[in-house]
Amino acid sequence: MGMALLEVRDLSVVFRRRGEEPTIAVDNISFDVEPGQTVGLVGESGCGKSVTSLAIMGLLPSRGAEVSGSVTFEGEQLLGLSQRQLDERRGRDLGMVFQDPLSSLNPVVPIGLQITEVLERHRRMSRKEAKVEGEHLLNRVGIPDPNRRLDEYPHQLSGGMRQRALIAIALACRPRLLIADEPTTALDVTIQAQILSLLSELVSGTDTALIMITHDLGVVAGLCDEVNVMYGGRIVERAQRHALFAEPRHPYTHGLLASIPRLDAPRGEKLVPIRGSVVDNIAWSRGCAFAPRCPNQLEQCWSDPPELVEDRGGMLRCHNPVEVAPLAAEGTR
Amino acid sequence: MLQLALVVVVLSVLIFGWLRLLPGGPVSALLGDRGTAESRAELTDALGLNDPIFVQYFAFLGRAITGDFGTSTGVSPGKPAMELFLERFPATIELSIAAILIALIGAIPLGYLAARRRGGWLDNAGVVGSMIGISIPIFFLAFLLKYILSIKLGWLPTGGRQSADIEATRVTGFFVLDGLLTREWDAAWDALEHLLLPALALASIPFAVIFRITRASVLDVMDEDYVRTARSKGLTRRIIRDRHILRNAMLPVVTTVGLQTGALLSGAVLTETVFSWQGVGQALAIGFERKDYPVLQVVIIAAAMAYVLVNLLVDLSYAVIDPRIRTAQKVS
Repeated sequence: MGMALLEVRDLSVVFRRRGEEPTIAVDNISFDVEPGQTVGLVGESGCGKSVTSLAIMGLLPSRGAEVSGSVTFEGEQLLGLSQRQLDERRGRDLGMVFQDPLSSLNPVVPIGLQITEVLERHRRMSRKEAKVEGEHLLNRVGIPDPNRRLDEYPHQLSGGMRQRALIAIALACRPRLLIADEPTTALDVTIQAQILSLLSELVSGTDTALIMITHDLGVVAGLCDEVNVMYGGRIVERAQRHALFAEPRHPYTHGLLASIPRLDAPRGEKLVPIRGSVVDNIAWSRGCAFAPRCPNQLEQCWSDPPELVEDRGGMLRCHNPVEVAPLAAEGTR
Repeated sequence: MLQLALVVVVLSVLIFGWLRLLPGGPVSALLGDRGTAESRAELTDALGLNDPIFVQYFAFLGRAITGDFGTSTGVSPGKPAMELFLERFPATIELSIAAILIALIGAIPLGYLAARRRGGWLDNAGVVGSMIGISIPIFFLAFLLKYILSIKLGWLPTGGRQSADIEATRVTGFFVLDGLLTREWDAAWDALEHLLLPALALASIPFAVIFRITRASVLDVMDEDYVRTARSKGLTRRIIRDRHILRNAMLPVVTTVGLQTGALLSGAVLTETVFSWQGVGQALAIGFERKDYPVLQVVIIAAAMAYVLVNLLVDLSYAVIDPRIRTAQKVS
């Protein structure tokens, strides 16, 4: 393995508010992204996956959020950079697509300008060149009649169109790494599929790497090479996509897969939800954060936090992993 | 436009009714204590006060539409009220524009900076200062400014619009502008010196209100997802500030500016009185004192029209800034 495009090492994010206990949102996570690779960060809301992406992009508020560890991008340490230095990278080498396309686009600026401003900034294009390129980009993300759309405002576009426009913005400067934070959550199911296939189409065959942040294992199934499952701010399992779906090792991953409705399941079979919710977590310092919800829990889980260790070609943080898992959810979407 | 007509009609009814209800009525107001029973009856008849009230109202309305509001009885006896109004109006406009410019140029950048450095010394000073600015009575502030800067320190003139020893050519009735147009630099400078203190006093409330709205609005907008998107694009600080933060943050500020501009006249009454500024605010104050109803009528109706017009302008400019409103109007 050569030098990875992105190396995240021991990244932690702690939120401190006056008069409140500090919250550890991201707890010592490490992972690599190779050029051209698609890596999934999966977990329920509140597991720290979005905060991880904002920390990589340097978009967390400077006050209140304490970021430590290291994020190396193309050999350069991003965490120590000033905002000004980061601005040379963001939008050019690092692009990001956000969850809610309506609120993520400026309502009073035409779509065209929101694309061309990146081109003018990073690719030193003139207004005119940028407009031609902007039209080209909108066309590439599948927006019909791009010339007319350039002058329109976000509220005049449909939800799917808006997300396509955001993707066009993020890809405008052909970044080396694209981070997509729940890019389909706010969209209709039919549109979700379109956006996902657009994303995979745009990054496959290029050396643009993609970090896909999602709570939806269906998204992972169709898109990711490698998957990191996060729980309570830590990575609890890492595996290649096939291994993850064929043989989920962590009871949490197993639970996530078992709670997805499947078309090929026998009639009348009940879905098995994961018990409890994220609020039932215990601190990682005491034991396994998932222990209160875990069907496989041992006494040891409540007192001895498991380490992330190599397991069957992936990584696993569990004292009592799932042994046999005859699930094969892959390909259901 | 319909709004404007409606406001004027309703207001004319109110003013007219109010005139009728005043103790003593217009005859006493005109004749004062000198009226005899005979002269009172004569005047009542001459004024048409024996006619049914709606006949009187329409007679008043008919004259008012042609610009005839009657003759001033107190502020400048014998002069048509309309002529008096037109003479004084530029003075008030000049003062109001100066005040609103001071407020805009000062309060918007300060409000932005306070929001960006939330909790810093500028923010804290601004929040406290604007609270004082809103709550301090305007006539008190006017007296204070006049006492310290004019009377004690002698830096600025105490009142009026132009020093007596300056002979300036009048073009527009806006004294500073006149000086610039005719290249009478000394007259322009002198008019500016006269303008400064009243404009500052009049600006205090709009300044404080615009500061607070700008600050609150910028704080809101900074947390918006699209500002985060703008930062994720690595845009320069200037573009993020101007295009992504300020353009959105200005929407509520524009509304406020409209309301504040309209409300300036009430402040102008006090400011103009303290600084002997020969505007309509002063005419209104004197008119009340001397029961000069023709002058009061014309000033109040004009003020209402100005208020409606300013807010019409605000609505129009709102549509220019906010494309969502533009589309909504196209559809409807």
